[in-house]
Amino acid sequence: MATSVPDQRGRYGRYGGKYVPETAMYALEELEESLDKAMADPQFMANYHEELKKYSGRPTPITHAENLSKRLGGAQIHLKREDLNHTGAHKLNNAIGQALLAVRMGKEKIVAETGAGQHGVAAATVAARFGLECKVFMGEEDIRRQELNVFRMKLLGAEVVPVSSGSKTLKDATNEAIRYWVSNVEDTFYLIGSVVGPHPYPKMVRDFQRVIGDESREQLTDLPDKVIACVGGGSNAMGMFYPFLQDDVTLIGVEAAGKGIHTGEHAATLSEGRLGVIHGSITYLLQSDTGQIQEPHSISAGLDYPGIGPEHAYLSETGRVTYTGITDKEALDALKVLSEEEGIIPAIESAHALSEAMKQAPEMSSDEVILVCLSGRGDKDVHTIMEHLGGDVDE
Amino acid sequence: MNKRFEKFVNGRSDLFIPFIVAGDPTEEATIELALMLQEEGANALELGIPYSDPLADGPVIQRASLRALEHGMSLEKAMNLVRKMRDRGLEIPVVIFTYYNLLLQLGEERFFALVHKNDIDGLLVPDLPFEESEEWRNSCKSNETALISLVAPTTSDKRLKAIASESSGFLYCVSSLGVTGTRKDFHSSVFDFLERVKGHSEVPVAIGFGVSAPDQVEKLKNFCDGVIVGSAIIRQVESHIEALSEEASRKEAVDQIRTYVRDLVSPYGKAKIHT
Repeated sequence: MATSVPDQRGRYGRYGGKYVPETAMYALEELEESLDKAMADPQFMANYHEELKKYSGRPTPITHAENLSKRLGGAQIHLKREDLNHTGAHKLNNAIGQALLAVRMGKEKIVAETGAGQHGVAAATVAARFGLECKVFMGEEDIRRQELNVFRMKLLGAEVVPVSSGSKTLKDATNEAIRYWVSNVEDTFYLIGSVVGPHPYPKMVRDFQRVIGDESREQLTDLPDKVIACVGGGSNAMGMFYPFLQDDVTLIGVEAAGKGIHTGEHAATLSEGRLGVIHGSITYLLQSDTGQIQEPHSISAGLDYPGIGPEHAYLSETGRVTYTGITDKEALDALKVLSEEEGIIPAIESAHALSEAMKQAPEMSSDEVILVCLSGRGDKDVHTIMEHLGGDVDE
Repeated sequence: MNKRFEKFVNGRSDLFIPFIVAGDPTEEATIELALMLQEEGANALELGIPYSDPLADGPVIQRASLRALEHGMSLEKAMNLVRKMRDRGLEIPVVIFTYYNLLLQLGEERFFALVHKNDIDGLLVPDLPFEESEEWRNSCKSNETALISLVAPTTSDKRLKAIASESSGFLYCVSSLGVTGTRKDFHSSVFDFLERVKGHSEVPVAIGFGVSAPDQVEKLKNFCDGVIVGSAIIRQVESHIEALSEEASRKEAVDQIRTYVRDLVSPYGKAKIHT
């Protein structure tokens, strides 16, 4: 079933495709051809895995959250530690793969978009590593919110381009990155940060991120009963789920329910969105009645995206993956508990997945296993956490 | 193809196709601008529908879209606006320029009902490339609506042939890579590109993206059948926003923009052919 997607046109059922201006079609065709050749080249894949091992520090371990599991009194929670990747999140897996491809294609520059800054940092990092010029588009509002990551990108030698159009956040940064790429396709590679965008991007990002699920299968003695990951655009979830799709494993994607699904202030695209086109593919997205794309809300800038990867839309429709929502508050509560019980401060994104696991574990037996993708570390979020928990940390 | 477009296609050369954004800055201003453009020799009008996330547009058209969105413009309202233009004497073909998501949300049935009700002649969807457009091509054919196709300098011969064989109305040639917006000069390769396109096209070949000055029109006129002018006109609208918004000052502002347009298309020597 799921492994047969996407088809030749980049479709996952009715989702995906290439909804881009004609000026971008040549670049996508060029990318598709180069990607197919690279993925079939054992030398390219060997280089990619070598970089993951020697530069990023893979494989990342799986940690049994023993204290947390005991406290909840149900299933055993295990954490796939993507937070231990170089630069602190799963984002680098994909950035390394795409940068190697850019070099192979003879491109000298990369352009990227970023919201929370994690993908921007990953892009700036691989640009430095592989000698590429790097331009990162970022909304003015996000630049203000993610000061530290902006500084990190600049330190790594990247140019951070402020975006003042629209709502000045990730959605608009993505538009600008696409526009820039289309104008400069001769020497520029567009390094997308999630399983979104026109074909072949969702497939390419999935295939570079599947290392998360592949490693997990090897590391666990038996198959887990449930696998849980957070979903914004959905790259860590797609990478984690993909190798388990054919197995008897319950897969759960967790969207950001923000202030609550019914408040209208959330990023729960699959629950509340409608079919539409965003950034080059047809999928579910948050939009007005007349089709204007709406700005989502999440305490986590990394989940604050109005669309979702087309393969997730497909997996939701086929029922293979269940998608649910966790609010800002629930995520922060989970973050606090994990910090206290296990000495791990997760990214707020990952805390959404963790919170869902904490809801489900008590209803399961102690010999069952939940595997949670801990997609990133919480260092980047400490300002946000402080703002919200403030003096409550000791309570 | 409907009668208005048949006449347009038969004209075939020195075509002037201006682009304005519906509702920028107000509905009334859009109607007045459309009528003025017809008087100055426009052969067809591209009516842009404001969208929150326009991938193919440069900053000038983006700002215009934002202004129109702030006044509550939508695809349906813009299509109904064409009726008001018709009632006031607009006779040239009108092409709706919209992004695919807006079209998808309105729905095919509703869209064509509005096309017929308002005497709309064509559709242009910049983010609906050839591979994704089969269904809409068929519906446009059966509704006698031209679906305008775009080609770019990077479009391969194979694609160009396929796109040209299915094109109706006119073929929109994007002058260069990137987004809409005025450009000082065109790369010399644009003329080879136009030659290549003309070799494949049954319908008029028009060039857009960057046309803003009479000397450009002069240079281009021997290589294609017409020019599409968007950002340069919108920039004029932008510099007369306040005057266009008020009834008392609107006419004078429209006349100032008229002077610019008249100068722009002077190499075609065609002003006021419709009056």
